[in-house]
Parts: sequence; C-alpha cells; structure tokens
Amino acid sequence: MNLTILVWLPLAAVIAGFVLPAAEARIAALLGSGAALVLSVVLLFKFDGGQQGLQFVIDKAWISELGIHYKLGVDGLNLFLIALAALLFFASVAWAALREWERPHLFYLWFGLAESGVLGALMAQDLALFVIFFDVMLVPFLFLGGGWGTSPNRVASMVKLFIYTLVGSLLMLSAAIATGVLAPGDSVTFDLVQLGSTARRLPTGSQEWIFLFFAAAFLVKMPAFPLHGWMPDGYKAMPLPVLAVFSGILSKVAAYGFLRVVLPLYPDASAHFQELMLLIALASILYGSALAFTTPDSRLILGYSSVAQLGFITLGIFSLQDTGAQGALLQAVNHGLVVAPAFFIVALLAARAAGSEDIREMGGIAFRAPVLATLFLIVALANLAMPGSSNFVGEFLILLGVFNAKIVIAIVAFTGVVLASVYTLRLFVRSMHNRVGPHVTSREIGLADGLVIAPLVAVILALALYPQLPLDRSEDSVKASIKDAKALRR
Amino acid sequence: MTPKGPHIDWAGISPLVALLGAATIVLLVGLLRPRAVREVLVPLLAFAGFAAAIGLGIWQYGEQKDLVAGALRLDDLTIVLSFVFSAGGAAAVLLSWRAVAPREAAHGEYFALMLTSAAGMWVLVAAQNLVTLFLGLELLSIPLYVLCATEMRRATSLEAGLKYLIIGSVGSATLLYGLAFVYGATGSTDFAGIAQAAGDVTSDPLLLTGIALSVVGLAFKASVAPFHQWTPDVYEGAPTPVTAFMAVATKAAAFGAFLRLFDVALLDASADWAPALAVLATITIVVGNVGALGQSSLKRLMAWSSVAQAGYMLAGVVVATRLGVQATVFYLGVYLMMNMAAFAVIVIRERETGLGDDIASVQGLGAQRPLLAAAMTLAMLGLSGIPATAGFIGKFYLIDAAISGDYAWLGVAIVIGSMISLAYYLKVIAAMWMADAPVHGTALATAGQPAMAGGSPEADAPRIEVETWFVALFFGAATLFFGIVPSPLFDLAVHAGGSLSHLF
Repeated sequence: MNLTILVWLPLAAVIAGFVLPAAEARIAALLGSGAALVLSVVLLFKFDGGQQGLQFVIDKAWISELGIHYKLGVDGLNLFLIALAALLFFASVAWAALREWERPHLFYLWFGLAESGVLGALMAQDLALFVIFFDVMLVPFLFLGGGWGTSPNRVASMVKLFIYTLVGSLLMLSAAIATGVLAPGDSVTFDLVQLGSTARRLPTGSQEWIFLFFAAAFLVKMPAFPLHGWMPDGYKAMPLPVLAVFSGILSKVAAYGFLRVVLPLYPDASAHFQELMLLIALASILYGSALAFTTPDSRLILGYSSVAQLGFITLGIFSLQDTGAQGALLQAVNHGLVVAPAFFIVALLAARAAGSEDIREMGGIAFRAPVLATLFLIVALANLAMPGSSNFVGEFLILLGVFNAKIVIAIVAFTGVVLASVYTLRLFVRSMHNRVGPHVTSREIGLADGLVIAPLVAVILALALYPQLPLDRSEDSVKASIKDAKALRR
Repeated sequence: MTPKGPHIDWAGISPLVALLGAATIVLLVGLLRPRAVREVLVPLLAFAGFAAAIGLGIWQYGEQKDLVAGALRLDDLTIVLSFVFSAGGAAAVLLSWRAVAPREAAHGEYFALMLTSAAGMWVLVAAQNLVTLFLGLELLSIPLYVLCATEMRRATSLEAGLKYLIIGSVGSATLLYGLAFVYGATGSTDFAGIAQAAGDVTSDPLLLTGIALSVVGLAFKASVAPFHQWTPDVYEGAPTPVTAFMAVATKAAAFGAFLRLFDVALLDASADWAPALAVLATITIVVGNVGALGQSSLKRLMAWSSVAQAGYMLAGVVVATRLGVQATVFYLGVYLMMNMAAFAVIVIRERETGLGDDIASVQGLGAQRPLLAAAMTLAMLGLSGIPATAGFIGKFYLIDAAISGDYAWLGVAIVIGSMISLAYYLKVIAAMWMADAPVHGTALATAGQPAMAGGSPEADAPRIEVETWFVALFFGAATLFFGIVPSPLFDLAVHAGGSLSHLF
C-alpha cells in the first residue's frame, strides 16, 4: 500500500482532467476522489490492528539542508480520519458533479488540491511536512469560497477566514521550526517519532510558548470560542459542497493535531495548560450551543453546533484520560459523518424554500417528502447523540474522562448534551414539521441526491451498530499519545 | 623605473569585463541609424551581456581568489549574487524591449546604463576594502538615478529620478562618512585589516559611530526602515522595467555589501551592531507591511512589500552565522523569482489596459488570462510565504537561521510580518480571481489613444508579447518549482555561505 499514491491521486486526476472539455471536468474529479476512497477502504482492511506504531511508512529526505523529511505513515490516530476524509470528499465531489459550476476545471482543481492537502496533513509524520500540508489544504478554500461562493460579500469573508486561520498557521510554523532547531540532538530533525523523545527536554519556557502557538493554530481552525470570528461569515460564503468538507474534515485535522503533535511532544506544557484548554472547550460548548439555539439561519445552526461539538472533542483530549481522548477521536469521526450530510440536506431544504436558508421560511415538507425527512431524522438524532448512536458513545466516553479529571467541568459540560438536542430538534422540527412555509414547495429528494446522502447515512448507522471497531483500532495509539501528559497532570 | 600595475586575474574578473564591455558595445551600436538595429540588436546585445556574465560566472564557479591586488575577491558569494542580479538584469532587458523608456531615452544609452549599473553591483559584492565598496556603490547608483528618469515625457518619472538622486546621494554621503570613521578607528581600509583591528577596539566610540553611519548608508540602498521613504515614490515613478531591475538587483547587491561589511570586516564587533540591526529589521518588517496595506497602485504595493522583505532578509545578516548568510542568499534568489514574475505581469497589464499600475488593471485577470494570473498568484503566495512556493522555503530558512542564532523573537517578528502581509497580497489575488474585469470602455478612454471609428475592443485586443510573457511564466513556474524541489538553490546558497569560511 503506497501512501504517496493515496495522497496525490486526487490532485493528479484533476490536473489530468484539464485535457477534457470543460463540461467533462467533473469526471476526472470523480475518478480521482473515488479511487482515493477505494484505496482508503483497502487501507482500513490492510491495517494490522495488533501492531504498535506506524504502518505503511514512507520516509525520504526531502529538503536535507533543513532536515525536512517526506514521511508518511498510518496508525490508530489517523486511520479512520483518513477514511472519513476520503469519504466526505468523494460525497462532496459527487454532490458538486450533479450541479453546474462556472470554470469547472479550476473548481475541481481546487477540490483535488484540497483533498490531497487534507490527506497529506493527516498522514504526515514529519512536523515540518505537517505544517506545510496544514497550510496548503487551506489555500483551495480561499479560491473556492471567493470564486464560487454564495454570499454577496464572499471575497471579504473568505479573506477574513484565510487570514484568521493563516495567522494561527504561521505562529505554528515558527513554533515548529523552534522545536526542530532547539530540541537537543545531533542534527536538526522534524521527525515526529524522534522529536517524541527529544522535544520534551526543551526548557519549560520554550515549551510553553511553543504550546500556545500550536494551540492558537488548532483552536482557530476548529474554531473554538474566542477565536471563531471568521466562522459565521466564512460559513455563509462557501458553496455547500465545499462547506461540507470544510466543516466535516478540516476542523478534525486541528483536533487530530493536538493528539499527533502537541500532547506527545510537549507533555509538560500540555499538563500545565490543561485547565485553560478545558475552560476554552467549555466556553465553546456553551457559547456554540446558545447561538445554535437562537440563530434562524440553518447553516449557522450547524456552524455553531460544530463549535460546540469541537468543544466536546477538545474537552475529551484535554481531560488527559484514556477514555476521554478515545471518545474525542471517535467523536471527531462521528461529527464529520453527521455534519456533511446535514449540510447537503440544508441545500435541499433551501432549494424547497425558494432559496432561503432561514428556518422561519421553511417547514412542513415531511409529509410530502418522507424519504428526505427520514434521512434528516437519522442525521439529526445522531447529531444530538441519541443513545444507540455512535455519537452517544463518543460523548459518553468524553464526559466519563472529564468526570475523572475535573468533576466540576464535567457537570457544566453535561448541559451541552441537553442543549444539543434542543437546537438539533429545533432545526428538524422547524424545517420538516410545523405549518408549511410561505414559499415552500414540498418535493421529495431526487434520486441522484439521495444516492449521495444515503451511503453517508448508512455509514452513520453502521458505526452506531459497531463503534467498537474504531475504538479498538485507535486504543493503543491514543494511549501512547497522551501517556506522558497524563503522567504529569496535576 | 617604469611603474608596475597590480597583477590582474583576467579570468576571475571576466564577468565584470563582460558587463562593462557589453555596455560599451551597446552604447556604440545604439548610434547606428537603422531602426531595426536600435530596437532589436541593442536589447539583444544587452541580453547577451548579462548572459555572458552568468556564463562566465558558471565557468569560475568554485574558485576562490583575490583580483586586482586584493581590492576585489572572487568567491562563490560574489558569483551567486552576480547570478541573481544578472538574471534580474536579463529579465529587465526583456521587459524593456518594447517599453517606452528606451525609445525616449535612446536605446543605446538606456541599456548601457543598465549594464553599467550591474557592473557596479559586481564590484560592490566583490569588494574587499572600503574604497572599492564605495566605488561599487556609486557605479551602481548613478546609472540608476538616470534610468529612473528615462521616461522623459512623464513628470513622475523625472520626479522619481530627482528624488532618488537626492536621497541616494545623502545615503552615499552618510556611508562615506561612516567608512571614514571606520578607517579612523581601525587604521585600515582593508576588510581583513579592519577585522583584525576591530577585535581590539570593540567599544571604541569612533568605530561605533562609523558602524552606525555605515548601517544608515547601506540601509538607504536596501530600503530598510526608517530610511525607506524614497522607495514607494521612486518605485512608482520609475519606468516599470527599471523598477523591477531596481527592486531585485539593487537589493541583492546591497545585501551583498551588508554581508561583506558586517559578517567579515566587523564580525568581532557583532555584539555591538547585531541587536541594533535586529531592532532595525523588526521596524522594517512592521513599517513595510503596514505601509503596503492601503496601497491601490501595484508598484507602490510592491515597493512597500520590498521594504518588508528587506526586513526579513536583514534577519539573516543579524545572526552573523553561516546559516544566516546562506538563508539571506537563498532568499535573494527566491525574491528575484517572485518579484520578476509580479513585475512582468504589471508591465504586461500596463501595456494592455491603459489603467497604469492600478490594482484595477489585474481585475478579472483570472478569467481573461489564466496563465498570467497563475504566475501572479504564485508570486503573491510566495511573497506571503505560503507552502509549496519557494517563498515559503526561503522564510523557513530565515526563521531557522534566526532561531539557531538565538534570535527566536526575530523569527516570530518575521512570522507576524507575514501575517500582516497576507492582507495586501490576498487583495491582489482576490482582484484577479474574484472580481469582474473593469468595463472595457473606460479602460480604452483612459489609455489616451484616440478611439477609432469602427474599432471594436475585440479587434484591438493587444497581441501577446512573447518576451514579457516568457518572463512572467518562467519566474512564476520557478517560484513553484523551487518550492517543491529547492535543492539546486540550496546548493548555491550553501556554496555562497561556505566562502565566508571564518563564520561559525
């Protein structure tokens, strides 16, 4: 299994697609992301669950003068996120392919680059390479949102989003270079495995500013409460298939970054800032839930609910407990699986409400569109972590972890679970039931659109039946990731 | 007894001879009457002059020798920097080929001045004592003063020339004054001699004054804040190909002088000047980036951006390590690519739209001319330091050097500067890809050309000029290529850094 092929296939396919006529550009994108999906499923099966450490490693010196390696690898931390990324990208490309876009070559080029960037960031096992992919995966979204976006001030919104997130990324860049240069050792290296044993010997002061720089990058990308300023405008600006992958997978790369980079490399600082991070997570949960509960814009309901959900994930990671961190990783997969179809459904709802995404102008279509309503209900119940769903398992583990670590924070965080059902059901009821909206035309979901959403819902159901698989696969890696920080916890 | 001249290593000095020789030939050929000779042969010869300088540099690559009785030194630092400004010169020749400036100022003179200025740069980066340093600086500056004013029918061009002349002379005078102090303190004009003496008199007020004044003088040339005020006006007023040449080549030469003077002659006093230079770098980064924010003229924007970039590069000088020298040289090479691609696009759009260098001239470029827009986008992404462009690797290298030289905060300053810079580089990108082209009628009206009856915008659409497009696409592609495969550039930078063998 060659990871390089998996990473670059989506980009290579869309570049090759430039030879096709404009109307057929979607075929190349579909082939590329479809092949990536197939490869990632093969990866799931070939992955040896009993083996510790990285598998399928590729390690080549890339820029030897700077000590940067092209090193990719898969372990329990990223295995399911890779599959999630490939699945969501394929679904979004398929969704986009059913619609017409101006300048399709460029549109799909950016899509392909985004997928390659995300897959690269998830697989990178070299700190510098991780930073590079982390930045590269953002560039396409600037163009996708700014060029094909849906809101009138989309350019300003996307530039704001880009600057916000790149500010974090650039801070992370300097922190990453400092780690490589200052870590004791014979030569400069960014290899995460080697840094795992040397970076912790950095002086406490260095560790702390490096931690804060990394945290800034990841918290902006999630987004977490005080750093979410780009989110409302940015979410409104992006076309929905683009938003589905952006919200579904990019935020998870940030959460994954904590587990892959921050906790193993800077255990002292992680333990030191544990309470700060827990409070930020708590604030995100409460703030996100409160706004999701009050905003009438269906996109932003999902957007703010993501803030809250990412708050739960951060909470789990920084509980510094095995159960909490495992739950966080599971929840990252769950949330990605839920939010992408939810955005597709919002697109369908808006198409039935004369283009409006305001829930006050929706309503009453469940009667005429039972299949759509059923799909939405499954997604909504998963989002509010109904017992029986995989999200329930994830949130339960997270809260169990926090309960063992900081009981007060756990008690406050429980309210987030209640609020989740309130805002999710509000979205469902207002769009599906109630009286029929003023300009609403009730129509059933089209076959093609249904074929995009149904498999995602099927995966949600499958995970609900058997959440043990991702938990088993990731157990060793998660434990190894938080081991040192856990030992230092106060 | 007949006076005996110093020994001259003709092989070593051959690139300089090529530049000066080409200048003479170009000047003479420019006197010939036929129009074809002036408009085709002269630029071709100038291009050949720069190409010859690069070729001879490749031939001498790896040599280490003193030329002309120790006044100049040929080593890999000289040669690599000469690659940068010769390539910049060659690109500027291509951009000038069909420009207004050489037509107004006479082709022979225009290109001869450009070659002479490049010869001055060669002397400057090879200089081994204070006298040749100053000689090189003046030889580089005076032709540039004239070149800025070559669009003689445009008042802003003349203004730019005059402004540059006055401020540049102040800079030169300050430098000269500083060099005199350094000589007074150390008793030597020779870099090696100064380096020996400077070790003893580190806290000597005379030497400190000398260093401070030299910093100021060189800072004027490299447009380091707070001595940068001339930059936006001169960049905007000068003919665009000259601006491109100035931005790239002068910067390379000035940083060559910085490296020779500070990392060789005054190395032992580095505890005195390094913190001051670090503060200067930080100020430059902030001033340059903030200044660029509100600009709507692309040339002014590039001018402020060049101020900011000078701040980044100064970080490599501050640390006074071999890694720092390598990072600076590397960044100069990268800077050449990014700036040349950007200026080539500006030149093309100036000629195509008649909107001048206003940002409106690139609006909707992504739909009209996707390849050009791609080159400009790569240049902008590179300048702001986005990965997968050479600019990212360059910045990585500089931050790396700053942190290993115990200037971690300077590394963070570079990062913060890059953040601010995103705002204006993205503005250009957004204008190209996310805005509609301005209405064509207004573009023609402001072009100052009489509208012709029956003329339609489509029929009058400007044809593609091969040489300017080549510059834009070549350097745009190079920005991407060296962002992914940077090793060749690293080889050059490491060799250049290796020639200052005493550095840690």
